[in-house]
Amino acid sequence: MALNEYIASRKQNKDLLLMTHVVCGYPSFDANLKELEIMAEAGVDFVELQFPFSEPSADGPLFVKANQIAVESGVTVEQCFEFMAKVSQRFDFKVLMMGYYNTVFKMGHEAFVDALKAAGGCGFIVPDLPLEEAGALHDYAKSQDIAPIVLMTPTNTDARLQTIAKAADGFVYVVARRGVTGGKTEMDAEVGEFLDKCRDISPVPTGVGFGVSAKEDLDFLAKHADMGIIGTAALKAWEEGEEKALRDFFGSLGLL
Amino acid sequence: MDLFDFEPGREGYYGEYGGCFLPEILTTTIEELKAAFQDIKHDPSFWQEFEQLMQSYSGRPTPVSHLANLSAKLGGAQIYVKREDLNHTGSHKINNVMGQGLLCKRLGKKRVIAETGAGQHGFATATMAARFGFDCKIYMGAVDVARQRPNVFWMENLGAEVVAVQDGQQTLKDAINECLRDWVTNMHDTHYVLGTAAGPHPFPEMVSYFQSIIGREARGQIQKVAGKLPDRVFACVGGGSNAMGLFQGFLDDQQVELVGCEAGGLGPGEGNHASRLAYKDASVGVAQGFKTYFLQNKDGNMLHTKSVAAGLDYIGVNPALVHLWERERVRFEAVTDAEVTEALKLCMKTEGLIPALESSHAFARAIEEAPKMSKDEVILINQSGRGDKDIFTVADALDDDHWKEFIKVKAEHYGAE
Ligand SMILES: Cc1ncc(COP(=O)(O)O)c(C=O)c1O
Repeated sequence: MALNEYIASRKQNKDLLLMTHVVCGYPSFDANLKELEIMAEAGVDFVELQFPFSEPSADGPLFVKANQIAVESGVTVEQCFEFMAKVSQRFDFKVLMMGYYNTVFKMGHEAFVDALKAAGGCGFIVPDLPLEEAGALHDYAKSQDIAPIVLMTPTNTDARLQTIAKAADGFVYVVARRGVTGGKTEMDAEVGEFLDKCRDISPVPTGVGFGVSAKEDLDFLAKHADMGIIGTAALKAWEEGEEKALRDFFGSLGLL
Repeated sequence: MDLFDFEPGREGYYGEYGGCFLPEILTTTIEELKAAFQDIKHDPSFWQEFEQLMQSYSGRPTPVSHLANLSAKLGGAQIYVKREDLNHTGSHKINNVMGQGLLCKRLGKKRVIAETGAGQHGFATATMAARFGFDCKIYMGAVDVARQRPNVFWMENLGAEVVAVQDGQQTLKDAINECLRDWVTNMHDTHYVLGTAAGPHPFPEMVSYFQSIIGREARGQIQKVAGKLPDRVFACVGGGSNAMGLFQGFLDDQQVELVGCEAGGLGPGEGNHASRLAYKDASVGVAQGFKTYFLQNKDGNMLHTKSVAAGLDYIGVNPALVHLWERERVRFEAVTDAEVTEALKLCMKTEGLIPALESSHAFARAIEEAPKMSKDEVILINQSGRGDKDIFTVADALDDDHWKEFIKVKAEHYGAE
């Protein structure tokens, strides 16, 4: 099923879709599976599987630590794809690769997209690959029905947002604020205005991430976007008390 | 040869290398920076202002000195040294820093951040910030903080906040990651003063531009003191800024051989060194904002690096140098830690010079090649910095008993307080 149909069908039953995040192999692939079980139960629509990288310069402290420990414990790209294949078979939600461009570059664009497709992935989010450099990779991905997810950010000019919109496929990842992953975003009128603008410009649905961590955030986003994206908050819950804490976290969101 | 005359659609590329790979959130900031840099590059009064500042604040032009004793002892080529160690703060880093400081003023930003390895760049940035009235935060790997305490001391006393970065291998690359994280958060009032000719476009071009003051001076000076252009030019290569700075003075002189000296650490083999081109352990990748040769594994995760010189201990290298290496315009050699210590000792004893451990890499290679050259040939070495900052590391390497005694007494004294 193409991504837009999938999103449309999931949106029939709820106001706001949800995407969550796990760092492959951190704390372990077994723990990842337990996290994903809970996420599936909470009804998430997408999960980004982050392929660990040694230089995660766009991530905040918790994901930095997760990337570092996963890399140090020997997690390989091959293992991440194997894991993705297992996950996409076992669960209903759709899976995307999230990571840094060097992972893609080292494999080669086509080999990467082919492996992603074979593992049942539906797209990828590579935040350090700007549009100017993305042409060849994006073209090949689209030819294989793999969605390259582009990002809109609050520092972009309107002209730039239009350019990004032209390249959009699947959904647009809207970065709610400046900074790295983690931390809190004040969901105020200014953020709302920016999200409305992105939704207006984007030809595809919008998902909003960075600092989304509470039920109020999701209620707010339901008015301004198509999907909420929860990253650090879920890992933080897991770190505090594994399955129980993660369940409680999704419970606090009204999802369990 | 104009390395910076980019082909349409290939802005920031040197052959296959370079480019700008940053998160979307920095697009506007980078565009602003590129525009501001183009403005100053095409404004002849800027270079004048820059030269005057470097003259009055940093003692430029730095001299080119003949090392008659060392040349005689080695019995080959005549050795000359470009004395970047005589700059204020003791290294070439101040050239780039003052240039970016002037640029920062034009950008109207009030805060600067910088990564530092050896601490020389952080030290220079802290002085610049003090002089220009900017807030200043320096990110430095925890390992480097431990081995370069004297520079940390000065940075803090100059009013900068020094953050010891605990991530990764706690060296230069990890400090760069922290700077990028700060920058994506604070770009509205903050300029990132990148310290070497690496990272995303326009940094390799911009840093090379400010550092070209070294080569512009050196070309005329060496002709005056040696009566001819050099036959070989040696510079150490961390990220590549002092090498680019000096080499640019001679790029069009085909008869001048340019030699980049990398950190050979313990010798070849993954994890033993920081030699991207001279050894065969690196491959092309994209990280920290640019495409170049990186010391990385097949999955694209970076390897650990090793060198006695914190300033050379970096995974990647200036993209223009890679391009020049591929075109056989620049030769690359690796120098091991052991060779570096020997070269430093020889320089101190024969010439009374104390090159930084980084610069000692260039000296070591020149010392190795000089005896095989004829007496009328000329070598020019870039002494990128002075070795005072390395006193703890060098004292260790030389196993100096008097120093150890001094430290013990000091420690007891502090312990008793
Ligand atoms: C004295 C000195 N020389 C050389 C370097 C290496 O940097 P680059 O290759 O940018 O000149 C450093 C870096 O810290 C340094 O302090």
